[in-house]
Amino acid sequence: MSKEIKIKVCTGTGGMAAGGENVLSLFRNALLSAGIDATFSEKCSVDKVGCRGFCGMDLLVDVIVDGKKITYKYVKPEMVDRIVQEHIIRGNPVVEWMVEDDFYNFHKKQTKVVLSQCGEIDPEDINAYIEVGGYDSLKKVITSMTPEETISVIKNSGLRGRGGAGFPTGLKWEICHRKKSDKKYIICNADEGDPGAFMDRSVLEGNPHSVLEGLTIGAYSIGAEEGYVYIRAEYPLAVNRLRKAIEQSRQKGFIGNDILGKRFNFDIKIKLGAGAFVCGEETALIASIEGKRGMPRARPPFPVDSGLWGKPTVINNVETLANVPYIIKNGAEWFASFGTEKSKGTKVFALTGKVKNNGLIEVPLGITLREIIFDIGGGIEGEKMFKAVQTGGPSGGCIPAEFLDLEVDYESLAQVGSIMGSGGMVVLDETNCMVNTAKFFLEFTQAESCGKCTPCRVGTKRLLEILERITSGNGKEGDIELLEELSYYIKTSSLCGLGMTAPNPVLSTIKYFRDEYEAHIKDRRCPAVVCRDLITYSILEELCTGCGACKRACPADAIRGIRKKTHTIDTSLCIKCGTCFDVCKFKAIMKS
Amino acid sequence: MVTLTIDGKKVTVRKLSTVLDAIKKLNISIPTLCHHPDLTPFGGCRLCIVDIKGIARPTTACTTPVSEGMEVITTSPTLEKMRRTTLELLLSDHPDDCRVCERAGDCKLQELAYFYGIRENHFLGERRIYKKRDGNPFIERDMEKCILCGKCVRVCDEIEGVGAIDFAYRGFRTKICPPYDKDLDCEFCGQCVAVCPTGALTGKMWKQKGRQNLKEIDTICPYCGCGCNITLLIKRNDVIRVTSKPETINEGWLCVKGRFCYEFINSPERLTKPLIRVVPKESSAFSVQQTNPPFLSLSKELFREASWDEALNYIADRLKEIKEKYGPDSIAGLSSAKCTNEENYLFQKFIRAVIGTNNVDHCARY
Amino acid sequence: MTNSIPEAENHDVVFVIGSNTTETHPIIGLKMKKAVRKGAELIVADPRKIDLVRFATVWLQHKPGTDVALLNSIMHVITKEGLIDKKFIETWTEGFESFKELLEEYPPEVGEKITGVPKEDIIKAALLYGNAIRPGIYFAMGITQHTHGTENVYSIANLAMMTGNLGRESTGVNPLRGQNNVQGACDMGCLPDFYPGYQKVNLQGVKEKFENAWKVKLSEKTGLTAPEMINSANDGNLKAMYIMGENPVLSDPDVNNTLKALNKLDFLIVQDIFMTETAEIADVVLPSVCFAEKEGTFTNTERRVQLLRKAVEPPGESKEDLWIITQLSKRLGYEMRYDSAEEVFQEAGRLWPALAGMTYKRIAKKGLQWPCPTPDHPGTQYLFKGGFPRGKASFSIVRYREAEELPDNEYPFLLSTGRHLFQYHTGSMTRKIDAINKIAPEAYIEINPDDAKQLGIDDGKIIRVSSRRGSISIKAMISDRPRRGMVFIPFHFREAAANILTSNNHDPISKIPEFKVCAVKLEIT
Repeated sequence: MSKEIKIKVCTGTGGMAAGGENVLSLFRNALLSAGIDATFSEKCSVDKVGCRGFCGMDLLVDVIVDGKKITYKYVKPEMVDRIVQEHIIRGNPVVEWMVEDDFYNFHKKQTKVVLSQCGEIDPEDINAYIEVGGYDSLKKVITSMTPEETISVIKNSGLRGRGGAGFPTGLKWEICHRKKSDKKYIICNADEGDPGAFMDRSVLEGNPHSVLEGLTIGAYSIGAEEGYVYIRAEYPLAVNRLRKAIEQSRQKGFIGNDILGKRFNFDIKIKLGAGAFVCGEETALIASIEGKRGMPRARPPFPVDSGLWGKPTVINNVETLANVPYIIKNGAEWFASFGTEKSKGTKVFALTGKVKNNGLIEVPLGITLREIIFDIGGGIEGEKMFKAVQTGGPSGGCIPAEFLDLEVDYESLAQVGSIMGSGGMVVLDETNCMVNTAKFFLEFTQAESCGKCTPCRVGTKRLLEILERITSGNGKEGDIELLEELSYYIKTSSLCGLGMTAPNPVLSTIKYFRDEYEAHIKDRRCPAVVCRDLITYSILEELCTGCGACKRACPADAIRGIRKKTHTIDTSLCIKCGTCFDVCKFKAIMKS
Repeated sequence: MVTLTIDGKKVTVRKLSTVLDAIKKLNISIPTLCHHPDLTPFGGCRLCIVDIKGIARPTTACTTPVSEGMEVITTSPTLEKMRRTTLELLLSDHPDDCRVCERAGDCKLQELAYFYGIRENHFLGERRIYKKRDGNPFIERDMEKCILCGKCVRVCDEIEGVGAIDFAYRGFRTKICPPYDKDLDCEFCGQCVAVCPTGALTGKMWKQKGRQNLKEIDTICPYCGCGCNITLLIKRNDVIRVTSKPETINEGWLCVKGRFCYEFINSPERLTKPLIRVVPKESSAFSVQQTNPPFLSLSKELFREASWDEALNYIADRLKEIKEKYGPDSIAGLSSAKCTNEENYLFQKFIRAVIGTNNVDHCARY
Repeated sequence: MTNSIPEAENHDVVFVIGSNTTETHPIIGLKMKKAVRKGAELIVADPRKIDLVRFATVWLQHKPGTDVALLNSIMHVITKEGLIDKKFIETWTEGFESFKELLEEYPPEVGEKITGVPKEDIIKAALLYGNAIRPGIYFAMGITQHTHGTENVYSIANLAMMTGNLGRESTGVNPLRGQNNVQGACDMGCLPDFYPGYQKVNLQGVKEKFENAWKVKLSEKTGLTAPEMINSANDGNLKAMYIMGENPVLSDPDVNNTLKALNKLDFLIVQDIFMTETAEIADVVLPSVCFAEKEGTFTNTERRVQLLRKAVEPPGESKEDLWIITQLSKRLGYEMRYDSAEEVFQEAGRLWPALAGMTYKRIAKKGLQWPCPTPDHPGTQYLFKGGFPRGKASFSIVRYREAEELPDNEYPFLLSTGRHLFQYHTGSMTRKIDAINKIAPEAYIEINPDDAKQLGIDDGKIIRVSSRRGSISIKAMISDRPRRGMVFIPFHFREAAANILTSNNHDPISKIPEFKVCAVKLEIT
């Protein structure tokens, strides 16, 4: 019998969806029935942990026996018994279920700071966080540092806002600290709204206390007694864990009155967002907390001058705040040792799209796109050609292959027409149409415009309409120029960041993939064969076996043919749904 | 006080002013649609964008506070092009029906389109269509004409303190409406109508009553004691609309009665001829609890029309007779808080000097 | 008003008692809301949860008719807290010492017992008003329409005087006048005891002044007030009445009594723009013209005399009141010669110095606030700057006195009447408006939900409401506006005329009827 057994089951949103809760209790039961007490024994535990990034392989389970860690992937309830019997009791890990090289390659080039405890500790247990040194930084700050000293550490570390704009965090705190006011507020912006982004969510689900600790240190630095976490209601698990964490933190005296026996009061409230993308914009977020419609207002005045209820307010993103305890603990120099000249530390990205390894990654700034996509991401799926990577979500831009060796930081991304944003990274391959991609992001920003200012409300609608006509084969001579003109107008005259960045996907795709636009307009052709109105389906005589699968599947009855004879598609009836293409086992359907 | 330079001219304004305040002080014209001096700056229409030295992108003058030494440029080919684009975009989502619009000639959007000479539109596309009409009896809410300047929302919240409407939906579908997009149910003060720059908000009773060659008469509201200044718009001999000017003691704000309740002037129920009773009172059996039919039909049987001479002579004879028989104190006069000072003066003078009694009063007590 | 309407936005404390300002004076209501937005604290004293309560720091929901107790109790606290203005009291008032003794009788506990307002709220309101720098008191018919209305007003005056809150900008006492020209009608002497400009009819020299001006012998006998006219007609002493632009059948208390009295007259002349309920029982009805069809002046509640301009021609043969009066006068042997309304105005100005400095030209733009004695006088924005014109003002010893007719076993509910936003007075104007008839088509009685539940009355049901004077059928509106035991009916609707129920009891001095308190019973029909 082994001396020490630890089992860690992923119960992030991905893990939960893959049956994490069930597997967790099955492990407990299996261990109990095997006579191993998983609840009380010091040396034996079955813990739920947060996401460790590689969600594509969920459910991931770590089995650590006497310090030796084996990770299993795609764990299903029916696999639990065998793992317990063979690995834990008999000491023979189940090799065929273990993760392989790709899992380790995925982690090799990552540097985990913010995510360091995600996947390691139970996010619903404050003691687990304290055990790994949690709240030590808060103790250090409150018992031995002045607010000015704290701010100076953050300033020296070079930490910049991880919400996208990259404003120096220490400087923001310092400005607010100097404001004289009877009340100040600090807000954690957890309104992560980019489609496909789940960085903040994973941090809040995997290690909520790190964010609370950062928020409290921030409050101490600026002199706030009230803090808010503004979080989307669509993140029920994160909200739930945050609630528990706040309660536990209050019980332990890390928030509340006279924190750690010092004359410092601070409490945190949760405010649920209703799912408006624009509420991630700080002035809209403030309006939303105040109970108004989430609509941005012009700045100046900035929130540090006049924020929530007109009081000086600091708003920091989740990831920014989660960095703070580590900077306090390890020092500004340590943090500044990662990254580039102007962009220090690490950054979490949600790597998605046409890469082999989808998931959440944390890398030192200055890493190249190539390293991220090919080393960590494992390259393009299905041996296709890399075409571009879209960073910064719907407000970002598409970066083509020629910039694969670009070192990623705030400035470099801006230089090539994209942005860091909150950390979305969507990889596109040769089967992605760039015009269609721009249209996709614009559909999102247009639908999420708050409607306040003309350029964003009507301007993006017209941009979208032009893109729609191009992708439907009705593009006109001059449309590209019109897109450019309108985009420039929207960027320069919109009220808030949403409008100012909304044309980025259009501008960057025109810049790097103008020929695709021209092909759509002049040749009425979609080079990537994506735009439905520009493609035709036909059946290749030499490959068709006459099996009839396509005919049966066609919802428009557009396919004719008798069994075992070559079938044909009536293009006048074809609705271009692509079903035949998907069902044909002989690759006899051609898209062109 | 803060001194700044606008288009090369120096101007000194109060500390909390906006750049737009300073521009207006210099009498420099700059287009705006969402700005109103009594409301919180909005910055939505983007027409008042200016270049400010040291700020990379154009900034809205209405939202930007002044600062010492600021250098502002209000016009340049780029700024004008952007303003023009803004207008084109607004017009691209606006019904092209000025010819039948109540506000044509009194519409800020139309006027700006005129000044910028916008004949063609680069950005024609989908237009919002709202089939359902708001069923409230006072305010026509044609949301297809709404340019989302938000003035109505702000005036309702910040001036009237009611908050009956707000922005709803998102993106191109953004719309200003009452909660759950129901019919408007509010105080119907019409402040929103007064500040609306387009034909989106109009009085329902204004419809097709006239737009051109209106006579404007400044006068005083006939309802409560506030004494609001109103302007009557007259077509031929009919009051077709009531407005109020911002420079009045009531700052242009009115209530539902002051703004919308003038139809009584042209009412067919108005008395037009002196009437003399023909049916003795005892048999008229009047009771206040009788409701419809209205009094007019009833009174036709009770009275006959008379000439002024006949009526006045009849009154004079009767009053003389009663005064002679019972003395002046057997007669009394009730004057009206609805009549003018002059009428009240003359009425009491009549009772006192002509009848010879102090039996004169009015409804101050009710 | 001692202050002006624009000053209302600059108070630091606004104390509204007995005025449903946002409905009855909407534009002054806007100013109050603006004051609140600018940081002012609002105290609302009203038995009903009126709309202003939404903006109030403290709401005193006192029982109708207990204003004196409430105010005395507030003043008790102010005295105890030392928030009185000694200098003002010494310089400008007399009788404070004995008044102070009276206040001893009204500690907050007593106030709470009489008014039903928690004593904490009384104290809170007292501290707010007592500590204010620029407080304004606003009141209307909720204060005056009581059998002790005059005492209520004295009480308000006491409060303002003891704190020295009079005679400064944005600081004062502001009665809100209900009708567009009720101020002017009073100013012009349509009162049985005053000539124009509040010159007493029985005061030595005044009669002579007017006799000289009008070249006729005048009566020195104080005349009848409106309620007294009704009584006198009922008694058979009054034989004829000339009613210009009034509808007493609906607006006066106890409709049946009014009708009976007016029907007894030998001769009734009604001059109006519509066939009103009163015109229907007249012997002669004269068609006059409305505000848009004539020239003249109105004086609003802030004493601002403003110019009314003729906009349209009147319908049919209707004639201006001025023409009708001069014609009648001529036929009765007294020639009045005026070529214009302004000549009448100037004659009034010659007899009342407060108007002497005004001309139509001067008031054309923004009007002028009286007193305006000379052609170069700018008008008077607020009254009592630098003291009271007649020397020292006296504190009035006023004790709480019950209303005349309180609920009892037979008539267990207390009825108040008043206006609502969408209709106006007896409805002779507003009920001609289609849109108004859609939004506010019918009368209703506001009943507290708890009372309604106890009586089994459902919202929207027609119920019978009766008093000792009569009864009406009316739609029930279950509402949290009135306090328990109280009901409210707007008096605009002839088909459910609130004044069938109201009592003839009135204030002994002002003769204002007690519209705010009478006893009624509610029955399901």
